[in-house]
Amino acid sequence: MNIMVVVRQVPDLIESLEIDASGSSLDWDAASFIINECDDHALEQALLLKEAAGGTVTVVALDQGDVDNTLYTAAAKGADRIVKIPVDDGWHPSPRAAAALYAEAAKDLAKDLVLVGVQAHDELDGVLAPALAAALALPYVGVIRGVQAGSEPGSVVACKEFPGAVMARLDVRLPAVLGILGADQPPRYVPVSRIRAAMKESRFEEPAVAAAPAASLVSVHKLYPPVSGTRAEMLVGSESDIAGRIAAILAEKGLLK
Amino acid sequence: MSAHDVLVVAEVQRQALADITLELLAAARGVAEAGGGQVICLVLSADGTPFVPALAPADRIVLVNDPQLADYAPDPFVAAAFEVVAAEQPRAVLVAGTSVGWDLAPLLASRLQAPLVTGCKSVTADGPGLVVDVSFCGGKMMAEVAVGQSPAVLMIMPGSYRAATAAGAARVETREPASPLPAGAVRFREWVLPEAGDVDITQQDVLVAVGRGIQQKDNVELAEQLAQALGGAVCASRPAVDQGWLPATRQVGKSGMTVRPKLYLALGVSGAPEHLEGMDGSELIIAVNTDPKAPIFDAAHYGAEVDALDLLPALVEAVGAKKG
Repeated sequence: MNIMVVVRQVPDLIESLEIDASGSSLDWDAASFIINECDDHALEQALLLKEAAGGTVTVVALDQGDVDNTLYTAAAKGADRIVKIPVDDGWHPSPRAAAALYAEAAKDLAKDLVLVGVQAHDELDGVLAPALAAALALPYVGVIRGVQAGSEPGSVVACKEFPGAVMARLDVRLPAVLGILGADQPPRYVPVSRIRAAMKESRFEEPAVAAAPAASLVSVHKLYPPVSGTRAEMLVGSESDIAGRIAAILAEKGLLK
Repeated sequence: MSAHDVLVVAEVQRQALADITLELLAAARGVAEAGGGQVICLVLSADGTPFVPALAPADRIVLVNDPQLADYAPDPFVAAAFEVVAAEQPRAVLVAGTSVGWDLAPLLASRLQAPLVTGCKSVTADGPGLVVDVSFCGGKMMAEVAVGQSPAVLMIMPGSYRAATAAGAARVETREPASPLPAGAVRFREWVLPEAGDVDITQQDVLVAVGRGIQQKDNVELAEQLAQALGGAVCASRPAVDQGWLPATRQVGKSGMTVRPKLYLALGVSGAPEHLEGMDGSELIIAVNTDPKAPIFDAAHYGAEVDALDLLPALVEAVGAKKG
């Protein structure tokens, strides 16, 4: 099974997010980037499928943020091919525009299955995974937690997550695009030494990809920090002080029995 | 049919109408009335008739009853929704931000060549267009978005609106698909229910929730000690479950369980909207997180800006001392 995986860079939410001078965009220069968590799971799921059923894993990414580190890590984990799509500095395409680029890059790739994280936290005017499926004219299903090779050749069984820890088991005829929420296992750890080795041994393919501009169909007026009507009463002091205060609150409310 | 109508796609999960549908109807009412339009509720299922009484807040209810819609698969649902939306030409289509919605909304928008907005917290009419307030970046940023093109497909975050309660006399129509609904390349096989035997977190009075801030699986033991001292159980946010620290039966939030304990003690949980959706009805919420901007502090009654791992031993001791 030949699997294409899309990995994206998103702002690290551990850091504070800044709004740029226009007031309508994140300040991407001020952000530090990490791999989109669902894409990390998509990569893990692809590697698990390859280990179980053979085939290849090709990772495709836009050249943004700290993508080289992410791609070397993917190579160290076992990705067979790495495709980095050059984009203009500072350009952050909408999901529709990004889908057009990924679809163009995918034209020359063998792909029975395309795995993409079901969402990225910085998306608001579209969702990449189904947009890519539409651009590739492939079927799509998302919110998938776990994929196994199907009993029929050219098929997989995907588990779609529903509330209450309920799953729907779905038979998927390939080729198809799946929006991954979680892999069958947590993303694997790779030691730094293997990433360093991948940095020496791996070569990125960097095809020139041009796609028809796909402008966003919505217009962002402004960004603003969330305004809460309520806010927790903050407990301050040492850990011991705070622990004592919490215990006192619980006792007061009759929660210590 | 009017260009000012708003169409709500009812959320039906395993042959039951989900409460979020009434929230969507409330969201739709404000927008529809601003333009003199109606609220249309579309029910895609094998037989939507039993849901009609609950959907009274709509002006019209459109039932598409088809065996292909008995259990979820994307193609028949998108095809059925597309046909109704194309016929009705509403100003907006409201879809719940749920497991089905995350497929249906973008696939429908693609097919309609329509704008799509995710994470919608509120929608208002603005002349011929719409203004939408959107939560993104895990609830750490908001955006005010203008949508001029109709129909717009809007994915509404659960918990954004109070459920509509007005009892009206909705007109009910049943539509036959113009052609047989496609089975598609993705086909439903079976439901897999959680295995019995694990703790039912929805029945616990006290829950100690762990998130990414707990850092590694070994540290869950500390949270277990606290939960034991409090007579409760440990639950988790999605990232902690994704890491394999706890089973999916312990997950709280959109794709996990909805809980309403007497005490919800959140340790290293940032409070993404999907998590808050599952626990914000808790009677007492205490949040511990090193990030002062963590959205969990907006939902909590008490908060502490410290490392949960540093606090946990002291808290186990303090609880033990208080209990005597």
